[in-house]
Parts: sequence; C-alpha cells; structure tokens
Amino acid sequence: MNSSPNRLVAAHIWVAFIAFAVAAVMGAWQMLVRSPIDAPLETAETYFVSVTGHGALMAYVLPTLFVMGFGYYVAMTALKQPLPGLRWAWAGFYIAAIGIVMAVVTVLSGQATVLYTFYPPLTGSVFFYLGVLLVVVGSWIWVAVMITAMMKWKRANPGAAVPLAMFATVANAILWLWTTAGVGAELLFQVLPASLGWTDSIDAGLARTLFSWTLHAIVYFWLMPAYIAFYTILPKVAGGRLYSDTMGRVSFILFLLYSLPVGMHHLFMDPEHGSGFKFLQMMLTALVTVPTLLTIFTIGASLEIAARLRGGKGLFGWVRALPWDRPMVLAAGFSFIMLGFGGFGGLINMSYAMNSMIHNTSWVTAHFHLIFGGSVVIMYFAIAYHIWPKLTGREARSLTPIRVQLWLWFVGIVITSFPWHILGLFGQPRRVSSFDFANPEIAYWGPWTTVSAIGGFIMLAGAALFVWNLATLYRGAAADRTMSYAMAVHQPREVPRVLNGFGLWNTLVAVLMIVAYAWPIAQFFFLDTYPAPVQRVDVGG
Amino acid sequence: MDEKRIVRSELRWVFVVAAAVTLMLVVIVATTLANALHPPSNVETIDPATLHIAGEFTEANLGTQENADGTVTVRLIATQYAFVPRCLPVPEGRPVSIRVTSPDVIHGFIVAGTNANTMVVPGFVAELTTEFDEPGDHLMPCHEYCGLGHSNMWAVLRVVPEEEWIPDANGRMTCELVP
Ligand code: HEM
Ligand SMILES: [Cu+2]
Ligand SMILES: [Cu+2]
Repeated sequence: MNSSPNRLVAAHIWVAFIAFAVAAVMGAWQMLVRSPIDAPLETAETYFVSVTGHGALMAYVLPTLFVMGFGYYVAMTALKQPLPGLRWAWAGFYIAAIGIVMAVVTVLSGQATVLYTFYPPLTGSVFFYLGVLLVVVGSWIWVAVMITAMMKWKRANPGAAVPLAMFATVANAILWLWTTAGVGAELLFQVLPASLGWTDSIDAGLARTLFSWTLHAIVYFWLMPAYIAFYTILPKVAGGRLYSDTMGRVSFILFLLYSLPVGMHHLFMDPEHGSGFKFLQMMLTALVTVPTLLTIFTIGASLEIAARLRGGKGLFGWVRALPWDRPMVLAAGFSFIMLGFGGFGGLINMSYAMNSMIHNTSWVTAHFHLIFGGSVVIMYFAIAYHIWPKLTGREARSLTPIRVQLWLWFVGIVITSFPWHILGLFGQPRRVSSFDFANPEIAYWGPWTTVSAIGGFIMLAGAALFVWNLATLYRGAAADRTMSYAMAVHQPREVPRVLNGFGLWNTLVAVLMIVAYAWPIAQFFFLDTYPAPVQRVDVGG
Repeated sequence: MDEKRIVRSELRWVFVVAAAVTLMLVVIVATTLANALHPPSNVETIDPATLHIAGEFTEANLGTQENADGTVTVRLIATQYAFVPRCLPVPEGRPVSIRVTSPDVIHGFIVAGTNANTMVVPGFVAELTTEFDEPGDHLMPCHEYCGLGHSNMWAVLRVVPEEEWIPDANGRMTCELVP
C-alpha cells in the first residue's frame, strides 16, 4: 500500500472489518446466552450491552465504512482520474473513526443500552448518539466527494456515458443522503435534546416514524456494493460480458426511487398510523421487487454468456461450466441462493396481514441475517478479496483458504437462520436475553435454539478466517494493479441524459417522499399527541 | 446478439415481473379484505402521564369485560416490566378486542403462535380484534426492548372453552397464574 489514495481505501475497509470481527464475537456469545447452554458473563445487562454493540457495529459501522472505502476505490478506478478532495476524504474518515470510538466506549460502559434503533423515550448518554452522528457526518463528506468526482468527470468527458460502476455508486450516495435525513432529524430534534437534559419528554410515535424513514432505505444502501459487484465485476471475472448496461442503469435508478417511500412497512403493527398510509407504502414496497428481479435476469443472462463462451451447454447445464473456483463467482452463487430464500421470507414480512404472525419475532432476525449478513456481506468479502491484490500489489498465495472461508460463512448462515425462522413462527420474540426452557410451553424451542447457536459459531469461524486471510494471504506473486470492470455486450459510449445523471430522479424522489411521508409526519403536529416522559438509562436506577 | 434482441428480451422479462408483482398484490389485498385482518391502526391518543389516574385504563377497569352483545374487550397496560393484569382470560371462538397502552416506554404485545400482535407506543392506545380458537394457556412475551428487565416481561392469555366461560354479574372475568 504505497500511495495515499490506496491507503484511504484500505483504511476504510479495515475499520469496517475490524468492527465486523468484534461484532461477530458478540453475536456468537449472544447466541449462547439465548440457548439452553450456559454462557460466561451471562446477565441481562451484559446481553443488551452486547446487542447494542453488535447491532450498531454491524448495521452502522461495517456497511458505512465499507461503502465509503469501496466508493472511493470505484471513483478512482472506474473514472480513471485522481480523487478530488482527497484531504476531505481523509477528514471524513477521521471524523467517522472518532465517532466509532466514542459510540463503542459509551456502549461498552453501559451508558447507552438502548439498542441500535434508539427507540426513545429510552435515552442513553449523549456520547452514543453523537458518535453515531459523527459517522453519518463522515459519510456525508463521502457523498460530496462522490458527486464532485462524477461532475468533474462529466465536464472532462462531455456527453460520454458515466461508467456504470460509478453511476451506481453515485446513486447510492444520493440514496444515502435521503436516507439519513430521517434518523438525522430524529437525533437532532428529539433524541439529542433529551439526552442533554434540555427536554424531559419525547413524542415516541413521531420518533418511530422518523426512524422508519431511514430503516428501509438503509437496507438498500447496505446492499448496493453487492449489486455493483454483480453488474460490473462478476461478469468479467466469470469470463463474459454484462448483458445490458441500460438495464443496469434502470435498476439502480429504481432502487433510488423505491427504497425510500416504503419505510412505513416497519410500522404495520404500530398504533400511531392509520391503515391508509400503511397500505399505500405496502403497495410501493411491492415495487422494490422489480429492480431485484431485473437484476437476477440481467446477471443470469450475463453469466450464461460467460458459461457458453467456456463451452457450457443445455438449457440450465451451462451453470456447471462457470468458473466456480474463482472466489467472486463462488460468493455470487452463494449470495444468489441466500437471496432466493431470503426474498421468499421477505414477501411474508411485506404483506400487510401475514406480517402480524412474525412481527418482532426471531423470524425477523433470521431474515436479515440471511439477506444482509448472508447475501450482502459475502459479497463484501468477495469485493475485498478481489481488490486486495490491486491495493497491496500482491496476489493471494493460495485461493483455498478463501474458498473455505466462503463455504464456512454460507453454511454458518444457513444453519443459523433456518432454525431461527422456525422459532419465529413458534412466536419466539427477538431481543430477549434468556428463555425459561423449563417452562413446558416453550421447552421445545430449546433444541432449535441450540442448532442455531452452532451455526453462529460456524459463522464466527468464517469471520475469523476472513480477517486472517486479508491480513496474511496477500504475499504471493506481484499482482497487476489495474482494476478493470465488466464490459457490456453493447458497451455504450453515450446514453440518454436521464440515464446519465440524477437531476430528474432526485425530483421524483422528493415527490414520492412528500406523497408517502408528509401526512404521516405532519399528523403529529395536528393530533392531540402526548409526549412520553424521557427515561434515562445512564443515570441512576 | 444485436442490441434490439437484448432490449426485447429484457422488456419481455419486465412484463413477466410486472405481472407477477401485480398478481402478488392482488392476492395480498384480497386475503386482507376477505379475512378482515386489520393491524392496529386506530390512531387514538392518550396521555401516558395520567392514564392510571382517570379514564379507561385505571386499575379497576383493567382486565376482561364481556359486553352486552357477547363480544369481549380486554384492557391492559404494558409497563416496565409486566403486563397488568398478568393473566387474561378470553372465550374460545368469539371476537375479542384487545386495547393496550403504556405509561412509560415502548413495549410489544404478541400472543405466541397467533396473529395477535401490536406495538405498544406510549401516547397511543393500540386496539386489535381477533378470535382465539385454541383453548389453553398462550404465552404473551413483550416483544420490544423496553429496558434491562425486558426478558422477564411475560404474561399469559388463557383461552377458556365456552362451557367454562362464567363471567361475574358485571361481565368481568379474571384468572390466576399457576406459579
Ligand atoms: C458471527 C456471526 C453472527 C452471529 C452469531 C450473530 C448473532 C446475532 C444475535 C444472537 C443477535 C441478537 C438477536 C436478538 O436478541 O434478538 C443478533 C442481532 C443482530 N445482528 Fe447478528 N450475528 C452475526 C452476524 C451479523 C452480521 C454479519 C450482521 C450484519 C451485517 C448482523 C446484524 C445484526 C443486527 C442488525 C442485529 C439486531 C440487533 C438488535 O436487535 O438490536 N449480525 N445477531
Ligand atoms: Cu424495510
Ligand atoms: Cu419489553
């Protein structure tokens, strides 16, 4: 890692994965606490401290830092120009890093045991929220750098099509800016004043509504690096071409449009909203499946091209001809399988009525470990493995530890999340530290919980091997440092303006958000609402 | 492969996807209407600071009440770290309305293995109506984190067969937990 821009990328990715490794240890321990097996240090307090830490590290730190690092890398390699504002980018990194340390120390000292979703009127130490806010501020700098980089490139290349990898990265940056507005408003106007002692009550319904604004879109922010890899790296590694560049652009635009005005599907079971807006947002939620299904088709077709070039035959027989020994291809295969299972579960979550069977049960935890921890994070691994030789200048000494690691993660996720889904259907609540398995009504949950805990430890082994691989494996032959992205079958030199920028789409997002959220938020100022007394978890009993 | 063919194949797929999504929505809407499933959406506010002093949720009013028309209303409070009352009797196979609110923080209400499920948000009364068909005790854990005692916040919903359903003169019914 000789040059500073490469160090910038590596620094982000290391912080992301160190946070991930720490959180993985916490996760495995939590699995034990929930199971009939005794765990060391098992108390309600340690459990919820751990869940707060695990949730915040996995949901906020890992993806945000990974997306930032990968985004900087794409901006340099896809646009083939130096990163504008390198100093700003480093400033963003340090701001985020300070925030992470602040939040983690506060959580571990038991001053902010409020879980990563905050849910006031529970209120912890102000340093936890400030820490999270600093991470967000750091990521806003990233957003600015991404947009600047694209504009600069467009000026230098008038009329040319922005490379798909960068187009998608900027789509994600804009999505993120919109996404953070909800939780940002909640923190600034409600939670921080309460945690500073300036206010002594808080409107819990409004807080949940603002948080829901963020809660779905953030999932797509997490997901985007995986999709960027599917469209712009995977087809090339598999030995083929991207089926359609245009469909890629359309999908990323649809993600931007439809991942935002749907957050109220997290509030289906909430009493502070009427059925009208719940129904509207459920309809919009159904539309989010469109870009995902488009992606599956386009990537499937791209892989078929690769496989047939390698001599693959038959209607589906070509699948066997893909180079499964290459980590990126193997990881993408696992990712698709998990996305398939997870997508099916997601349809249940999404439907207005079926949701009441599983809302806030272990089903939900199982679902997002499968999709986010599984499909998405395995692609984070694959991306890191792919760009590490280019950052370090060295190839991996062997691919075997990488393959073993991907298998461990996949098997671990499956063994963890399948029993977890079933426990959810039995009605096992999430976010509960211990169960009285002596109670005959729930005794039969015990064995399922144990199996799931075993899966958790397989995942932990996968997490440890991953960090080990990154740290020690890249000492092989000198590597070619140039990063090249997949070409489309028809690589466009120019594309229509609407598919080359975000002006129009930003306006449309604004319109959709007004339709979806204006009244649900405004109602709290018209209704006779009663705020709830702030309850501090960090001072006194 | 020429570009036109690629675009055509993509468009065909878009059509299939659109049809599938539409079908899915129709199924969801139809089943929702047919089963009259309505997640709690009553948007009814209440002052969490005073609800124990006056009105519907004072202690004397909590618990199970049979109404004149034979339907049943259950009123309860979710508070750190217990449901009040801790045992809720309901008749088998009759419509039951559950009304629940919180004087402190956010809680969750679920009857394990059924579709009775709602968030309990301070400042709002959550109401849901359903029927219970399986006699016996059903666990009722709080399903949203509400503080360090959250894991111990469990109650029981007892589904009582019609022949054992004998409310008192005021239509009230209570039950005891076997320790
Ligand atoms: C070694 C791997 C992992 C294990 C064993 C594990 C285990 C767990 C457990 C036991 C819980 C608490 C469940 C509850 O109390 O309801 C949990 C929560 C959670 N996990 Fe993981 N997990 C792992 C990896 C991941 C990954 C990779 C992600 C995402 C990138 C993730 C994200 C989360 C989130 C967001 C929560 C929710 C916290 C909350 O409810 O407040 N986990 N995990
Ligand atoms: Cu969502
Ligand atoms: Cu609780």
